[in-house]
Amino acid sequence: MTTGQTSAESSGTPPSSTQSTSSFSPLAIARQLVRYPLPLIGTCIVVLFILLAFIGPMISPYRFDELIPGALSQPPSLEHYFGTDRLSRDVFSRVLWGAREVIIIPGVATFIAVAIGTILGLALGYFGGWIDEIISRGLDSLLAIPALVLALVMLGTIGPSRIGIIIVIVLLYVPIVTRVIRSATLNIRASGYIEAARLRGESTAYILFREILPGVLPALAVEAALRFSYAIFLTASLGFLGLGVQPPSPDWGRMVAEARQNFSRSPWELWFPAGAIALLVIAVNLMADGLRRIFRYEGQMR
Amino acid sequence: MTPVIQASQLSIDYKLGKGWANVINDVTLGVEPLEIHGLVGESGSGKSTLALALMNYLADNARISNGEVLLDGSNLIGKSADEMRKIWGHDLNLVPQDPLASLNPSYTIGNQIAEITRLHEGLPRREAWNRAVEMLRQVKIADPEDVVKRYPHQLSGGMQQRVTIAMALSTQPRLLVLDEPTTALDVTTQAIILDLFRELIHDNQAAAVYVSHDLGTVAQLCDRVTVLYAGEVMETADVHELFAQPLHPYTAGLLASLPRLTEGTETRLFTIEGIAPSLTERPPACVFEPRCPVALDICAQEKPPLEAVDGTGRRVRCHRWQEIRSGELEMQIMPQGEVTSAPPRRNQILKAEHINKRFGEVTLFDRLLRRDPSYVHAVDDASVSIQARSTLGLVGESGSGKTTLARCIVALNEADSGDIELCEMHISNKLKERSQETLRNLRMVFQNPNDALNPYQPVRQALERPLRLLSDPKLSEQEISQRVVDLLEAVRLTPEYAHRYPSELSGGEKQRIAIARAFAANPALVVADEPTSSLDVSVQAVILNLLKDLRAQHGASYLLISHDLDVIAYLADWIAVMYLGEIVEEGETMDVYDPPWHPYTEALLSAIPIPDPTQRQGAIRLEGEIPSARNIPHGCRFHTRCPRKIGDICEQQEPPWRDAGNGHFIRCHIPIDELIELQSGATNAQANEGNR
Repeated sequence: MTTGQTSAESSGTPPSSTQSTSSFSPLAIARQLVRYPLPLIGTCIVVLFILLAFIGPMISPYRFDELIPGALSQPPSLEHYFGTDRLSRDVFSRVLWGAREVIIIPGVATFIAVAIGTILGLALGYFGGWIDEIISRGLDSLLAIPALVLALVMLGTIGPSRIGIIIVIVLLYVPIVTRVIRSATLNIRASGYIEAARLRGESTAYILFREILPGVLPALAVEAALRFSYAIFLTASLGFLGLGVQPPSPDWGRMVAEARQNFSRSPWELWFPAGAIALLVIAVNLMADGLRRIFRYEGQMR
Repeated sequence: MTPVIQASQLSIDYKLGKGWANVINDVTLGVEPLEIHGLVGESGSGKSTLALALMNYLADNARISNGEVLLDGSNLIGKSADEMRKIWGHDLNLVPQDPLASLNPSYTIGNQIAEITRLHEGLPRREAWNRAVEMLRQVKIADPEDVVKRYPHQLSGGMQQRVTIAMALSTQPRLLVLDEPTTALDVTTQAIILDLFRELIHDNQAAAVYVSHDLGTVAQLCDRVTVLYAGEVMETADVHELFAQPLHPYTAGLLASLPRLTEGTETRLFTIEGIAPSLTERPPACVFEPRCPVALDICAQEKPPLEAVDGTGRRVRCHRWQEIRSGELEMQIMPQGEVTSAPPRRNQILKAEHINKRFGEVTLFDRLLRRDPSYVHAVDDASVSIQARSTLGLVGESGSGKTTLARCIVALNEADSGDIELCEMHISNKLKERSQETLRNLRMVFQNPNDALNPYQPVRQALERPLRLLSDPKLSEQEISQRVVDLLEAVRLTPEYAHRYPSELSGGEKQRIAIARAFAANPALVVADEPTSSLDVSVQAVILNLLKDLRAQHGASYLLISHDLDVIAYLADWIAVMYLGEIVEEGETMDVYDPPWHPYTEALLSAIPIPDPTQRQGAIRLEGEIPSARNIPHGCRFHTRCPRKIGDICEQQEPPWRDAGNGHFIRCHIPIDELIELQSGATNAQANEGNR
């Protein structure tokens, strides 16, 4: 809200935010981040994890399936930071290798779901009509199925595999993303600037991707981050249930499941993969919260 | 007389980031018993803040840094909320801008009015309820026994506002604060509400503060007026003195920037240059100095005091008021420069005939269940035509279908039936089927400047796109850049605006960009839908002048939609009046503003608040609201509200078009001669009343 002459009707409302000097000011965003440091910390952790997913195997002291002679169920030490498991494998190395599975699978799945959901949401919201009604109701009915049930049935039928997990996550999240983008699009569609674009004969693609998309980006970014955190959670849950990536490749969810049987003898086998999952999910959520703050702040500016 | 409420040296700050911004600076203001005191100013002037401060009812992020507010001698500032609660609703009452937002949707009207008297006067339930009915009768609500049992959403906007007035008056308050109470209402309803205030405030022995940006309603309603600018009092005076001879350049400028019915279409409006100062950059000396047309060096160095003029209680804050009063200082407020637009050519630029548009929510379920959808008949067989280089003004209340008709013409809505010709070529009703040439020739300016520009695109892009898509022949990159600069200049903005984003522009600047965008590719016809309705008076004058200049330069025509007859009179050569989807009168502007009129036009004109306290607005009032377009009355659509209804024929037969000569047509059962006789009588009566 700029001061001065905005609208005669809205006079008398006290100024709600500071004056804006520039629209996309990185400085303003940076200032926000310093004021609320948690999102920044979350983002750093996420970046660190993503980095580990790529370079983890290179820096890990052992291979994920390497059996270390004479190191059976040892507690954490300087030699084995996270201890060793009941098969004498280095837990630290397994967690490092596992980062790849738990970040890349949900990452790819979230990316596909968000891409499909965005295009679908933009199109449904912009065109409306009976096609929108049919597809939206169809997506709503997909939403009614509990996530784990759908995952169990799907993976039980086609067999557990990376592609299978990705398909399940995409199926689960496309309706959710579509709904968010569709409602954001509906708000923007009625604006004067969209009508102005139609009146000068812009193509549909231009209107969808150049006029509307920037306006839904805030909602999109927050939603994508949230979806990513839930996807990590779901992948880990599927691993825990034995429907994730199959042994021997390391998967944090399955590591937790296996360590459970061994909990009384070597609890560290469970602590570290479980802790890694929790830390990553919390970090992604903090990042999503930070995005929301930044965009809300941006929203006040206009 | 001792004032009911007296604010002295009041200063108010708002929290802004880490610091405080001063919004009200050293304001002294007294309201006498039985007085209606107008607080006038543009948005951001602090008028609402001041009014709420008089009630000690400020937002949490505000603080009173200095001064006191005395109600019957006791200071309100510093009283706790508990103490104030005994005074609010009892001695001090508010009539808000948006009645629906201030009525509780889950209680009946009766409960809400009764609650006040039960709380403040300890009336038993039964008696309080009867009082509520009585109050509704006082505000002239028909059938109050029924209305008390209803919920707020079941009432129209005008009725809701009457309910809030009834609430405000039910405890016989000492002071009423009326915060833009008619801004959200149609002009016909506004006239009724103003009549109510005039009558009821005196009957109840109350005083009132009337906050408004509309000088017309202030002139019609108030006894004294205080003009605020940037949180300071510029001038305070008796309403007659103020309007007869404003002593402050700002007041004079505001009055001169109003479009008036009586002016011809060949003049320009006076405009106040520049924009109001922001909260953080208040000019150190005279706050109006940067925009003042008669500022001297001293004005930038020394703050003028609020000086008393004679013994009348008139005060003015200007170094040069004495020169202004004696007439030594000739202010250049008369219209500057004449616009000589070429006379309209006789060929028609637009001919839209028999346009029909109905809206129905035909959902898939309706189709599956074979339900009959209920249609809203927004436009019913309307025909308009516009001559080259002229302007057609389309007038009507909200819900009259004027916007839908315009949207059908530009094809944002597809007309159900009807033929549209642009530049004597038939064009499709579907936007998709229109040629690039048609799109170039037919452009639009939208009502709300705040959503007319994409917030994520710089101004340059908003202006470039139509140039790229529509220019004929295609322009080179260099030509496009040059055209963007030219367009910005044409709307009196500097080239550096090209890089700004909409959030960095004021409302008026956004609307100028939107106008530049419409003119980018040399259109033949520009449709402007309420282009100034959300802007301040001084900004409105800038935009209206601009529209006039651009029409002269580009030789374009306008279809101008407005509910404001003064705005229409300023720009339009030809007027069409719409009621419930139908055109009821059309003719040349001068003809439409004089009798004979369609009774609806007569009522609209009668409801205009004239910005001159010596002239009373007309006496004809339309009762009730515009009927729903789902159930259009039989016969003449206007018969349910018509003050000149002649009998059953109005209810049964559609009225014929009657020819009043010179292309002036009226759709009414009353013959032209009789209309002239009836209505010239009415104008004489009005004139007499004004003279009294």
